[in-house]
Amino acid sequence: MKILYFAWIQSKVGLSEEIVDIPDDISTVRKLLEWLRQRGPQHADALRDETVVRVAVNEEYASLDAPVSNQDEVALFPPVTGG
Amino acid sequence: MIQIQKEDFDVGAEIDKISGIDRGIGALVTFVGLVRDINDGVAITDMTLEHYPSMTKKKLEQIRTEAMERWPISHSLIIHRYGQLSPGDRVVLVITASAHRRSAFEANEFLVDWLKTKAPFWKQETTPEGSHWVSARSSDDTASARWDKFSHEG
Repeated sequence: MKILYFAWIQSKVGLSEEIVDIPDDISTVRKLLEWLRQRGPQHADALRDETVVRVAVNEEYASLDAPVSNQDEVALFPPVTGG
Repeated sequence: MIQIQKEDFDVGAEIDKISGIDRGIGALVTFVGLVRDINDGVAITDMTLEHYPSMTKKKLEQIRTEAMERWPISHSLIIHRYGQLSPGDRVVLVITASAHRRSAFEANEFLVDWLKTKAPFWKQETTPEGSHWVSARSSDDTASARWDKFSHEG
């Protein structure tokens, strides 16, 4: 799975993207976030508050219950501030 | 048309391009978003806009298509800049053109509200005290949500 981080989530994680191999039981966005938080203190800090983490799976907005698999591109970012 | 670019744009030239190709246009609405020199009482010296290029392009195409399905607008253009900007710089241009003004106004507001709440852009402001990421405004969510009763996109 390719994971992209943007804005302050990228700053906190310290990576703009990473390739991860997720276990089979990580089947939803919510479980993915839990799993990512175990990767280290920076991930844990960046992804601690799910209310300010927006998720896109394959470039479409996704809820915490949306399914994910190793073939997906998942982007994690704060609420957007364009326009 | 959708353009995502670092460079500035020429508002007059873009209007001329659209009005020049269709004499059926009776109303053309232009929205230009600018970088302010102050935000929530704090002076801004610079702003950097980051985005998620592939998703930005895809989502902007989708929302433009939706606007053109919901209102009888004959032409629409969205130009959104990214990269480093300074106060007074143009950030975004939304043009909607129609035979009559109401649909051009409504479609333009719809697109701008959507850009504020759903387009994957993030602003980082630099102030005399350092730089910080701009927080989303709940008023923008409220503005965008009023279009939801017509929309699946939000």
